[in-house]
Amino acid sequence: MEVTLTVNGREHTREIEPRLLLVHLLRDDLGLTGTHWGCDTSNCGACVVWMDELPVKSCTVLAAMAGGRRVRTVEGLEGPSGLDPVQTSFIACHGLQCGFCTPAMLMTARWLLDHDPDPSEDDIREAVSGVTCRCTGYENIVRAIRHAAAGGSP
Amino acid sequence: MQVPAQFEYRRATSVQDAVALLARYGSESRVVAGGHSLIPMMKLRLAQPELLVDINDLAELGGVRVVDGELRLGALLRHAELLACAEAGERVPVLHDAERVIADPAVRNRGTVGGSVCQADPSEDLSAAFCALRAVAVVRGTDGHEREVPMRAFFRGPYETAVGPAELLVELRVSLWSTGSAYVKVDRRSGDWAVAAAAAALRLEPDGTVADVGIGLTAVGARGFVAAEAEDDLRGRAAGVDAFARAGRLAAAHCAPVADQRGPVDYKRHLAGELTVRALARAADRTGVPWR
Repeated sequence: MEVTLTVNGREHTREIEPRLLLVHLLRDDLGLTGTHWGCDTSNCGACVVWMDELPVKSCTVLAAMAGGRRVRTVEGLEGPSGLDPVQTSFIACHGLQCGFCTPAMLMTARWLLDHDPDPSEDDIREAVSGVTCRCTGYENIVRAIRHAAAGGSP
Repeated sequence: MQVPAQFEYRRATSVQDAVALLARYGSESRVVAGGHSLIPMMKLRLAQPELLVDINDLAELGGVRVVDGELRLGALLRHAELLACAEAGERVPVLHDAERVIADPAVRNRGTVGGSVCQADPSEDLSAAFCALRAVAVVRGTDGHEREVPMRAFFRGPYETAVGPAELLVELRVSLWSTGSAYVKVDRRSGDWAVAAAAAALRLEPDGTVADVGIGLTAVGARGFVAAEAEDDLRGRAAGVDAFARAGRLAAAHCAPVADQRGPVDYKRHLAGELTVRALARAADRTGVPWR
């Protein structure tokens, strides 16, 4: 079947099998390997992207279901003036070590700050509770998101 | 890499269209809404439908509103949307309690209320809440005919519901009889399935007498997710620590948990009783009527 979707503002049309998952369309067909593919069971959250402006786990969305919808991945996070403040904040606060969860953390953090510009630590922990990090113990991730909320200067 | 078996994908353009597709393919077809139960099962080949009917475009199945003294939840209402509805949280707080402990925010952005109950997982959270509230499911068939199924008759067993192969759940209706309600869950980690959980809905007279009560239990093998014996015992008694403790003992005695990686039978039975007591106490607090 044919599917047309908008990814990071660009429309793409592909011939796909209905069973293709969105994460694999993004990574294998569109070459957007910033979105990571982890547990495959919607637990780890490494595959979080936005679909129609909401964070979703792309290992549990069929590419066919994303047809006609807008997807935003970590590659679409950087703006014309450079890295997004959540990106600079993760760098400034060492919010990552191995980096596997980072794209999902960044997309989750951006969405949180778009909807709550001044989240408490509890709000942040709840927001990222669907994304598993095995390196940082979350401390630096929470700090990075607080840093981004405060303006994100390096 | 987990890949579902081959299937045909169709996007329904109306409820009628969805039901017609389901009728044509019979039991080999499945509805997909949020997909967060079905797609993992398809990846594990526990489900291998020939046809997947995507209902995500059916706006008529969305939304939550109060009509005629009832809270009406569209089957396609996302968990996150129910959590964002302040009126639902105020009128029926058990639903917000339950929603807050379903998976995680990203899953709740996608998963739907209707999908959760239609999956009929014995550990699902909303099922016990809707049963405690004596909610009613509205199911539509091929000729556009709608029938109402009480949630207490909705679950036919694990992963089995009263929805026929050529029918679609369209709405859940919650009568606003309760004046306090609550859901209490024990899980091993954030977002996990319940080890056990209890839902309570109460209507108290001004003097604290229990005018009506609903008690739902999750993950402990309670028939139809309900602690009927505990409800019958509590109705008409004065709300209080002793009466709630009796209800807890009855709930524990009449459920049938099975041992698994989440715990042994005696622990789950203990939780069924204790969580019933806590859910009743929290529900009673929320009625605003003095009790104890």
